[in-house]
Amino acid sequence: MQPPRWLQDAVRRVPVWLIYLGTALWLGGLFAMALFGRLGVDPVAELIAQYGKGALNMLIAGLAITPLRRFTGLNLLRFRRAVGLSAFFILCAHLAVFAVLDLQSLSRLGVEIAERPFITIGMLGFVLLIPLALTSTDRAIRKMGRNWTKLHRLTYVVILLGWLHYEWQVRGEVVEPLTYLTIILILLGLRFVPRKRAPLHKNVSL
Amino acid sequence: APVFARDEANTLDQIRSYNNFYEFGFQKEDPARNAGQMVTDNWQIEVSGLVDNPGTYTLDELIGGLTVEERIYRLRCVEAWSMIIPWNGIELADVLARIGVQDGARYVAFETTLQPDNMPNAGAYGMDFPYVEALRLDEALHPLTILATGIYDEPLANQNGAPIRLVVPWKYGFKSIKSIIRISLLAEQPPTTWQRIDSHEYGFYANVNPTVNHPRWSQASERPVGAGLFGGRRDTLMFNGYDEVAPLYAGMDLRVDY
Repeated sequence: MQPPRWLQDAVRRVPVWLIYLGTALWLGGLFAMALFGRLGVDPVAELIAQYGKGALNMLIAGLAITPLRRFTGLNLLRFRRAVGLSAFFILCAHLAVFAVLDLQSLSRLGVEIAERPFITIGMLGFVLLIPLALTSTDRAIRKMGRNWTKLHRLTYVVILLGWLHYEWQVRGEVVEPLTYLTIILILLGLRFVPRKRAPLHKNVSL
Repeated sequence: APVFARDEANTLDQIRSYNNFYEFGFQKEDPARNAGQMVTDNWQIEVSGLVDNPGTYTLDELIGGLTVEERIYRLRCVEAWSMIIPWNGIELADVLARIGVQDGARYVAFETTLQPDNMPNAGAYGMDFPYVEALRLDEALHPLTILATGIYDEPLANQNGAPIRLVVPWKYGFKSIKSIIRISLLAEQPPTTWQRIDSHEYGFYANVNPTVNHPRWSQASERPVGAGLFGGRRDTLMFNGYDEVAPLYAGMDLRVDY
C-alpha cells in the first residue's frame, strides 16, 4: 500500500525542527494564557492537565510512526526523534508545574511520590524516559547498535505507565480513558502482527 | 467558624465558571456552558417519609417567609481545591421544622432533578443519576447547614444548583447537593451517589479531614481557586475550619466513618 504522491511530497517538505518549534510555542502559549488569566480560574490544575495530556498524545504519536509506515507506507520516521524528545520536554513542563507552582515544596513532592500510587507511577514513567532522551543523539544510536533498539522499547512501558497515571486521577469519566487505552493497545498490538513471508515461487509462471 | 468578608470571597464570575455538575459534563467549564437548558420554572419539591406534612411543595410554600441570611463559607472540594462563596440561604433546620420531622427519623435524603433532554451528560457511562445525597438528622439540624437560593444576592445560576441547593460547609463539596427536587426523612441511612459509585473512595460522612487521605491523593492541602498561577496551596483544616461541628462526631473513628 502506498499513500498518495502529494501526501508523501508534502511530508517530505516539512522540516523536522517544526516539531520542536510547535512544541515550544504550544508550551509557551499555554503558559502565557495561564499567566494572563485566560486558562480559567484554576490555571495550575489546567496547565498540569493539558501538559500531561499533551505528553501522552505525543508519546502516542511516536508510537504510531512505525505501524503507519508498515501498514500505510507513509514514512514519518525522520520525525520520530523530535516527537519523542518533544514528549519528554512536555513531561518536564508537566512535572515542573506540579512541583514548583502547585506543591511549592520538595517535602510535599516527596510525600506525594511516596504515598500516592498514581504519582509514583507517573514519576516512574518519567524516570524511565530519561535514559531514552539521553540516548537520542546520532552518536548514541551508532554506538549502541541493537542495544539502542532494545533500550528504546522502554517507550512501550512508559506509555502504559503514562496511561495508568492519567486514568487513576480521573473522577467519574470512563469513556475517554478507555478510548486512550484502546488506541495504545492497538498501536502496541500492531507490532505483533506477523510479517508475510515472501512468496516462495514468485517467478513460476504457468 | 472561619469568618470571611465579601472581599475575600471569589468573584461571582469565578463561582459561575468553575463547577462540578456532572449531569452537564465532566469538565469544570461544562456546567456553565450546558446548564442553561435546565428548566427551573415552577419548581416543586416532593417531601416524603417520616414527616408530619408530606406532599409536593412549591418553593414559596417550602421556604417562603423564612429568614434569608448571607453566609460566607469556604467550599472545599474532595478534589483538593477550595473557594469562598457568599451564599444567601435559610437554615435547613427551619425548613425541617416546617415540614415536621417525626420521631424515628434519623436521616435526611435529597435528590437532584434529572432532565435527560436538558442534561447532555445525564446518561454518562459510569455515573448513576439522579444524584442523591443525605445527612444524618443532627447534621441537617446544625445551624451551619443551609439551603441556598442565591450567591451575592443574585439567584443561583443553574450551574450552581438553581433554584435551591444544600450547603454543608464542613463536608466535601459533593455532599452539598444541587437543584433539589426531593427531600425525605428516613429511619435508615440511605445510599449516596459517590458512595454508590466507589465506596472505597467516598464515604457517607465526607467530612473535610486533612488526616484522612483520599486513596488517590492527599487531603492535607488545597489549592484556593482564583489565586492565580503563583497562588500555591494552603493547609486544609479539620472540618474545613468549622470546629464547632466536632461534637457531632464525638466517639466516632473518622478514619472508619470517612
